Amino acid sequence: MSDMQDYKSSLADTGSRKFETFSYLPEMDSAQIRKQIEYIVSKGWNPGIEHTEPENAFQNYWYMWKLPMFGETDVDAILAECEACHKAHPKNHVRLLGFDNYAQSAGASMVIYRGKAV
Amino acid sequence: MAKKYDAGVKEYRETYWMPDYTPKDTDILACFKITPQPGVPREEVAAAVAAESSTGTWTTVWTDLLTDLDYYKGRAYAIEDVPGDDTCFYAFVAYPIDLFEEGSVVNVLTSLVGNVFGFKALRALRLEDIRFPVAYVMTCNGPPQGIQVERDIMNKYGRPLLGCTIKPKLGLSAKNYGRACYEGLRGGLDFTKDDENVNSQPFMRWKHRFDFVMEAIHKAEAETGERKGHYLNVTAPTADEMMRRAEYAKEIGAPIIMHDYLTGGLSANTQLAQWCQRNGMLLHIHRAMHAVLDRNPHHGIHFRVLTKILRLSGGDHLHSGTVVGKLEGDRDATLGWIDIMRDSFIKEDRSRGIFFDQDWGSMPGVIPVASGGIHVWHMPALVSIFGDDSVLQFGGGTLGHPWGNAAGAAANRVAVEACVEARNQGRELEKEGKDILTNAAKSSPELKAAMETWKEIKFEFDTVDKLDVSHK
Repeated sequence: MSDMQDYKSSLADTGSRKFETFSYLPEMDSAQIRKQIEYIVSKGWNPGIEHTEPENAFQNYWYMWKLPMFGETDVDAILAECEACHKAHPKNHVRLLGFDNYAQSAGASMVIYRGKAV
Repeated sequence: MAKKYDAGVKEYRETYWMPDYTPKDTDILACFKITPQPGVPREEVAAAVAAESSTGTWTTVWTDLLTDLDYYKGRAYAIEDVPGDDTCFYAFVAYPIDLFEEGSVVNVLTSLVGNVFGFKALRALRLEDIRFPVAYVMTCNGPPQGIQVERDIMNKYGRPLLGCTIKPKLGLSAKNYGRACYEGLRGGLDFTKDDENVNSQPFMRWKHRFDFVMEAIHKAEAETGERKGHYLNVTAPTADEMMRRAEYAKEIGAPIIMHDYLTGGLSANTQLAQWCQRNGMLLHIHRAMHAVLDRNPHHGIHFRVLTKILRLSGGDHLHSGTVVGKLEGDRDATLGWIDIMRDSFIKEDRSRGIFFDQDWGSMPGVIPVASGGIHVWHMPALVSIFGDDSVLQFGGGTLGHPWGNAAGAAANRVAVEACVEARNQGRELEKEGKDILTNAAKSSPELKAAMETWKEIKFEFDTVDKLDVSHK
């Protein structure tokens, strides 16, 4: 049993809370975020940013940061908006979305700045 | 000029072989692979199949003349060689849409794969494909929710969903069973699943199972902050009992239930799918018995037909084969029926076994479920083959982890996310899979242990049912 690891997760440990896609990987650095933005742009999706207090992350509707960036393909401009949202709400989860208006669904959705889980 | 009654046996081809016929947009079209008895001409056999699957019987009857049989009959309109196999040929048959009750795949199959399959002039017969005209598609209910709605209900975007079938298949008590579910869900799975033969046996009656599993879902959701589900199998001896179980699943807040559409029956399946649509429930479909129908390359019903039948009857998930796991499935053919499940328009493509254009109109798609004999090492290929709109389901590949289900689930979740992230970065998953997983395992001891456990397992048997291509 000595080399078997306990799975550390509990109701009491707020660090157990996840937030869907990519939340089981280490937090992305800005180079990795840039790659994901490039992917969203390459698919022709509309980038969007949303954020929430970590305690309300289970809800469907997070706060929109401005409007989705319809037709925006400038990766630097999108990244700047992500950073601006994070700066304005440093304790919140910030997620990047790629809205696929044909499928009427988010083709991509990922938390890129992680707030402190509660 | 009215026809005269002429009793006796006529050659089928006089009436049912119409090589000059141009199929109408509203016709239901079928492609049969026919292996005739020796000495019977192809046109005659093709005409016989058209006759026996539509209006014909073995002799002329006077009541034929009370109707416009020339309108109602099925028409064999083309014959083609089967590449690489001289024992059989393809026959294409067109049926006027009036021959079939609206919204009834039961009725369509009863005609197309009914008596004709026992017909003496044939050694073997296989229904390879059906083209459902959009006029007929729109009379069917289809998937209760569809792919996008499921993503919204479950809050899963931009990646395949992850599932796990609970093992052992049979014999666990309800409480132990719920434990296995809870461990998988808290470790990062989106869904756990009843195995197909888990119904309501003496060792675990359905109601106890439903109750314990719901507690597992609630606790795992509170613990992880993510949405979870379990396919509660409502397949039952009678449709009444099936509906009773479905109603209870809804009452306790389950997001998804499950049915076996072939053994449970298509009437029951359509009824359940319509109920799911009215009640906002997702419906997972298992396909027990399909291999009885679809595995023999010369006789039966091809799985692409069973796929179309399910999409019309209704289901949000359908098992598709994995290509890479322990069960049968040629890669190109599998890609063909995955498109049939998900896309709104599929073009004829013989290289993937698709004989007709298929337009689904506004009918939602079905999510393919890859399940059976797969583990973390298969993940790069699975993400590459199936893409995001899929459920990747690891049974033994979750529960068999040396540290248990939660660790097994976490290993799979880390692996799928690492593969999706890498794919989005433009990396080639099937080439770079090992690097991607090895790198992800640096921050996941669970994944590292899984990779050490399953490294050696491979399934490399030859496929029994291959696509008909020129070089066999």
